[in-house]
Amino acid sequence: MTAEIIVVTSGKGGVGKTTTSASLATGLAIAGKKVAVIDFDVGLRNLDLIMGCERRVVYDFVNVVQGEATLKQALIKDKRHENLYVLAASQTRDKDALTQEGVEKVLDGLAAEGFDYIVCDSPAGIEKGAHLAMYFADHAMVVVNPEVSSVRDSDRILGLLASKTRRAERGDGAIKQHLLLTRYNPVRVAAGEMLSVKDVEEILGISVVGVIPESENVLAASNSGTPVILTPDSHAGQAYSDTVARVLGEERPLRFIDVPKKGFLQRVFGG
Amino acid sequence: MGILDFLKRKPEPTATVAKERLRIIVAQERSTRGAPDYLPLLRNELLEVIKKYVHVDLEAISINLERDSGHEILELSVALPDGKPVAKPAAG
Repeated sequence: MTAEIIVVTSGKGGVGKTTTSASLATGLAIAGKKVAVIDFDVGLRNLDLIMGCERRVVYDFVNVVQGEATLKQALIKDKRHENLYVLAASQTRDKDALTQEGVEKVLDGLAAEGFDYIVCDSPAGIEKGAHLAMYFADHAMVVVNPEVSSVRDSDRILGLLASKTRRAERGDGAIKQHLLLTRYNPVRVAAGEMLSVKDVEEILGISVVGVIPESENVLAASNSGTPVILTPDSHAGQAYSDTVARVLGEERPLRFIDVPKKGFLQRVFGG
Repeated sequence: MGILDFLKRKPEPTATVAKERLRIIVAQERSTRGAPDYLPLLRNELLEVIKKYVHVDLEAISINLERDSGHEILELSVALPDGKPVAKPAAG
């Protein structure tokens, strides 16, 4: 049994890794895949909140790594999709509780359970937790905001993905890199205040797998513990659906990257 | 442009500045990626030694680390100035 392992990473914090992990995992589950999503941010658990399962966490990732609980006990079944499971991070342990062998054991265990995809939600930074989240990955989704520090950090992460992963060490072929541009504001791009999709692609030398527009629906979704991909009337939700389809090999044009046409009233009053 | 937009002050378009700065720093960081941490220090100490004999700037020294299947090559090149050398060799 093999499972495709996707790490969602960025270097910089607060760019939308957990939001993306939740929507990616949910989107893959909607597509009929059996999916587990793992929070690697030991000590700062948050994926459970975004997935809306925070009150059902009994055992966590570290408990499984340390042999205090079985994988079955720790996997939290999503309320909305029966083939989607969440493995929460420990809130009490420190980040040294994870080891490479322990992580490998859990990933192998999930593959043996017949999971098609394992989504690893990386902590920010480039230290141990982030390293372990990316080490076993087959794909990487690098989340980047159109902002200088985020773009620089993501270049650093792209470098690490190319050298500090099992695939790189074994020469098994490169990790598939997917660049996801989030918090994109076409109006500000048109005004020359924000880096464009093309700018970010040129600087980093890879093309985007998706562009998620800045949207008030993202906050509303996290407030209610629903991955934003399940808000189908929101542009952010639709952009995530497109992104998941592209990860699965479908070709879809980018949407929501141009300034929306304004109606008459908006033209008169602005906004 | 709407009436209200007209009243709001527009911020300066700064995306081109951001792009140019990123282009430079990303290129620079990629060129030193994977190099050992001691490389900048090594470069400075080599400069001190060379300076005892010839006047050169930090920019005159370039250090490259190349990886060739299995082994690494440390390449050092020093551009010597045109005129006559020399600071006096340091008295020992």
